[in-house]
Amino acid sequence: MTPGTGTAERPLRVAIIGAGPTGFYTADHLLRNAQVVVEVDLFDRLPTPYGLVRLGVAPDHQKIKFVTNAFDKVAANPRFRFYGGVEFGKDVTLADLKAHYHQIVYCTGAQTDRRMGIPGEDLSGSHPATEFVAWYNGHPDYRDCTFDLTQERVAVVGVGNVAVDVVRILCRTPGELAKTDIADYALDALKRSRVKEVYLLGRRGPAQAAFTNPEVKELGELADADVTARPEEVELDPLSRAAVERGQDRATQKKVEILKAYARRQPAGKSRRLTLRFLVSPVELIGDDAGGVAALRLVRNELYATSTGALQPRATDQFENLPVGLVFRSVGYRGVPLPGVPFNKDWSVVLNDKGRVLDPDTKQPIVGEYTAGWIKRGPTGVIGTNKPDAAETVECMFEDVARHAVLEPRHPEATAAEALVRQRQPNFFSYADWLKLDAIEVSRGRAQGRPRVKFTSIDEMLAALGR
Amino acid sequence: MNIANILARKGSMAVTVRPEQSIRDALALLARHNIGALIAVEGDHPVGILSERDIVREAAHNELFFARVVADLMTRDVITGQPHDDLPSVAHTMTERRIRHLPVVDQGRLIGMVSIGDIVKAQRDHYQGEVDTLQTQLLADEDGRPR
Repeated sequence: MTPGTGTAERPLRVAIIGAGPTGFYTADHLLRNAQVVVEVDLFDRLPTPYGLVRLGVAPDHQKIKFVTNAFDKVAANPRFRFYGGVEFGKDVTLADLKAHYHQIVYCTGAQTDRRMGIPGEDLSGSHPATEFVAWYNGHPDYRDCTFDLTQERVAVVGVGNVAVDVVRILCRTPGELAKTDIADYALDALKRSRVKEVYLLGRRGPAQAAFTNPEVKELGELADADVTARPEEVELDPLSRAAVERGQDRATQKKVEILKAYARRQPAGKSRRLTLRFLVSPVELIGDDAGGVAALRLVRNELYATSTGALQPRATDQFENLPVGLVFRSVGYRGVPLPGVPFNKDWSVVLNDKGRVLDPDTKQPIVGEYTAGWIKRGPTGVIGTNKPDAAETVECMFEDVARHAVLEPRHPEATAAEALVRQRQPNFFSYADWLKLDAIEVSRGRAQGRPRVKFTSIDEMLAALGR
Repeated sequence: MNIANILARKGSMAVTVRPEQSIRDALALLARHNIGALIAVEGDHPVGILSERDIVREAAHNELFFARVVADLMTRDVITGQPHDDLPSVAHTMTERRIRHLPVVDQGRLIGMVSIGDIVKAQRDHYQGEVDTLQTQLLADEDGRPR
């Protein structure tokens, strides 16, 4: 490292790939350091920042999106720049970044979904839940997706928060949805929805379901959908009961109580019905003559304890067919490899040790390359979990700065990096651009009594900025 | 969160030793990797675990312990974890059984090791994250609006 790097005259230049929560947390930890002067350039392939906070978190959960206030404070630092609409590996390559930055951090999250790996998964009418989520949230790459909402019966496979979001959006009334920042085209499509029966399918029991108590309570308060469950499926098996009791796990006890109350509830005659199912796994999607989905074949599961006492599902010999015309799978996210960056195929993450990217042959750290968030540890935890995760990576980065183990870029000036971006992607979006778009979205929303009306295409955004 | 999420950000595999290797070799491995336990393997199948405790216990009454072999001192009744085991269950079992290192196997094949320290850190980060997220939402009620 050139002596004096990390001073006001020669700041440590860091490129972060991915402007989701982890990108901002990483920038925040870097910019807060009192000893080393850092400049952060945050890249995202989309024009807008915040990643899944804008494009994943459900439109009827605005409070969760308040975290962006903290991100805007980070962005207000004069040593921070945002380059939106600039894709790593396409507009800027790893070689480009190595010529302009001392350190590079990959925070690209888990961009694709896990497959169920069962026959019929690719029938029309079978979709990853993440596509539906990206669509209703106005993700520019997914705005043209179509979902057959003329179907009356829908199954959502999985009981994580994505699955719960999807069933809630399917069960909401047009009136409820119209108060959110759901994409306009999705609002129109959902207004015409003929969905009547929605099933949420968990492979394990109620005690193992990943959804939180507030999420499950919310399902019981939908304006025009009755929620129900089967008494025998929400009753705890002996293994689960023992685990809950020995852990004095109040939250899980409460969750099971809520679900039992749902099983006892008399339907109130609402237009839609949401059924929460447990201990079932899809084994096949059965097609109709037109190549669509006619039914899900389910196997009933039982739980067994592994040697560490974790409870896992095991298929029994009891099967049933659940007639449904539309299926959303939400059985986990998965990271995708980045061009030129070592990948750990076992866990679908960047190959790393505490955030230092490793050479696949020597298993030693590669100088100047780091990772944080879901692409580092896998898709788990809430938004805030990425803060300590980013802190661990940033700690490694400063340790390496102290050891002078950083890249030696030929052009370590902010102006050179900006010139490169301008040349490769003249239509990039700065944070000032985003703040303008944000103000327009919010004011369009105010007129309709909504948090915002989103821009959902890049052309619209450019036009709004007069470009 | 599960064991897989811990292994994902541990670049290195578990450090292994063969049962017929000497305790001298084992100590060198523990020191070189700065770790507290080695997994004894035959092929990629774990057959025992040798912790620093096992060595201390032997050293306390046998000055010639260096020359003994791993198979003499290792614990054979090894509790192993699987990638999808959830952390609360694993933490409970490790605390109850007083285990500090858990070899992780997938279909009988050794794929890594997690320590009680790894588990504590992962759980701490998990709770910290939840607290942070809840605080953000509460504070936003007072002074913020969502973007």
